[in-house]
Amino acid sequence: MTSGLDSIHWMTLVVLGPLVASMVALAGTPRTLRLGLALGVGSVLVGVGGLWLTFGGGDPVLRNPLGGWGAPLGIDLRLDGLALVMLTMTALVGAAISLYSTAYFGDISFLPLRDSPAGRGARFFAPLWLLLWSALNGIYLSGDLFNLYVLIEILGLGAAALVTLAVTPKATVAGMRYLLVSLVGSLAFLMGVALLYVVAGTLSLELLAEEGLQGPLPAAALALMTVGMAAKTALFPLHAWLPPAHAAAPAPGSAVLSALVVKGSFYIIVRLWVDVYGVGPGPAVFVLGLLGAGAILWGSILALRQRSLKRLVAYSTVAQLGYLFVMFPLLVSGDGGGWNVDAWTGGFYHALSHGVAKAAMFLAAGSMSYAVARDDLSAISGIAHRLPMTFLAFGLGGLSLAGIPPSGGFVAKWLLLRAALADGGWGWALLLTLGGLLTLAYVLMVLRYAIDRTDPPTTFRPVPRRMEWTAMGLALLSVLLGFRAVEITELLAGALP
Amino acid sequence: MTPLDLYTLAGVILFAAGIHAALARAHLVWKVLGLNVAGGGIFLVLLAASPRVDPAVADPVPQAMVLTGIVVAVAASALALGLALRVAVRTGQPFLPEDLPADLPEDLLEDLAGDAAADAAANGAGDAAGDAAG
Repeated sequence: MTSGLDSIHWMTLVVLGPLVASMVALAGTPRTLRLGLALGVGSVLVGVGGLWLTFGGGDPVLRNPLGGWGAPLGIDLRLDGLALVMLTMTALVGAAISLYSTAYFGDISFLPLRDSPAGRGARFFAPLWLLLWSALNGIYLSGDLFNLYVLIEILGLGAAALVTLAVTPKATVAGMRYLLVSLVGSLAFLMGVALLYVVAGTLSLELLAEEGLQGPLPAAALALMTVGMAAKTALFPLHAWLPPAHAAAPAPGSAVLSALVVKGSFYIIVRLWVDVYGVGPGPAVFVLGLLGAGAILWGSILALRQRSLKRLVAYSTVAQLGYLFVMFPLLVSGDGGGWNVDAWTGGFYHALSHGVAKAAMFLAAGSMSYAVARDDLSAISGIAHRLPMTFLAFGLGGLSLAGIPPSGGFVAKWLLLRAALADGGWGWALLLTLGGLLTLAYVLMVLRYAIDRTDPPTTFRPVPRRMEWTAMGLALLSVLLGFRAVEITELLAGALP
Repeated sequence: MTPLDLYTLAGVILFAAGIHAALARAHLVWKVLGLNVAGGGIFLVLLAASPRVDPAVADPVPQAMVLTGIVVAVAASALALGLALRVAVRTGQPFLPEDLPADLPEDLLEDLAGDAAADAAANGAGDAAGDAAG
């Protein structure tokens, strides 16, 4: 419980701040919407800043029992290097998305009719997004399984609601499908939690880890929890819900869903497999890796076949999430049966740079379809000449995803490749390279449409400056991630048990 | 087999039956009901765990989990039923398009389709404008 007094306030702030802000924004007047967003962004940035100042100093994990009630009865918040890095990424991406949303939903001093897509988006985006932000921060900091269940459920409900902000039948259906997948997933997770409690009599991640869980019942619990969370992370072949849902949400919502929300359930899988169970080499990690490989190939191929910009970016998310699961077989290939640090840092570096780059791409794609009021690739023909900064943001984000140096994506792929080659895993190395090439192909396909002058758009709505530079800021950040890798990888490596 | 084992077993069976209904039934209300049955099954397992951990006193933690779980389940069911109603109103069918019987008119299927058929339909200008309007 060292340095608890300092860090507990910051930990509480990053979870409660956006939650309170969400309630403020829910009041729904233009003023409270702006106030809520400002409050959410401000409290998270201050809280994360405070955590950076208090973290370190020898102790790799900060623990805080809320209200002085520790495990097993109370709620433990815990912060390690991994949680800090994820919190920071979410804070930066979230701040940019919040700024973007104020311009995207237009002049919110006038709220149009409740059921018009624009009106509903303007009215409900901020409260829903702030709620999701609070749940995500809670997931990063949570030290016990049942809290994870409650938070992942909040995340799922809020995310499904975000999809249905557009009132089209397509968006409603996509949101319904997402909600059902999400509910089945979290129930499977809860069943796993219940089984573990029967076996071990505790919910604390750290106490469970000390149990050294073995035997059929804990294995069944892990299987249930993993399948549930994998469905929510859209791991191939459970990915079919993702592209229609992510494409149907309004642009800032798509960015939230693709860049951040899917990372929440992935983070839980990692906590379970690495921290709690410490799953070693065997068929289980290999299967996860194979599914990841399937996601990379299938997602990329489908991305190449899309005719709609947002669906293309959404299929790219399916593919990029595959890399996160390829991390597992590489992770267990360390010397003498230990963890492979390169795989760990590479995997999470990919989660970071994908979060930043994908948000930049979705925001830029949103600006493009905002300008031409359509979403198919042929409609953005020649847009590079009208929106050069947005075009550049999409391009930089895309090249970072493809792993072109110097960028965050390059560092991630390089670490993963090093992990694969150290173990003689030529198959994985080949897959990583092929995935990068496919990514490059679909990014270049979009860029080609955007440069092509032959069929310029007939209608063109001016795009607010703020929408352009927030996407650009994120794109630059995704490139800058390639320059200051050492501090982040050290933090990540320190979190490996 | 003790009564507690019976509770646990019944809970697991309910969970499986509920999840099966949620996946296999086409009607959205059936799916939501299935999820609630599955949730009930989990609660039963948790309650059976309560005296098992410490035979002398019932453990309050699983009971607290069930209470919280019920609150979450109510919220989730409310949202799911509300959305199901919207789906029924906006598409004219209380089903997801992939669960629809195959003999429906072609244009309706295309209209509703989520994944593959929407790619084929190549984004009619109408819904794309809905996506983009901000």
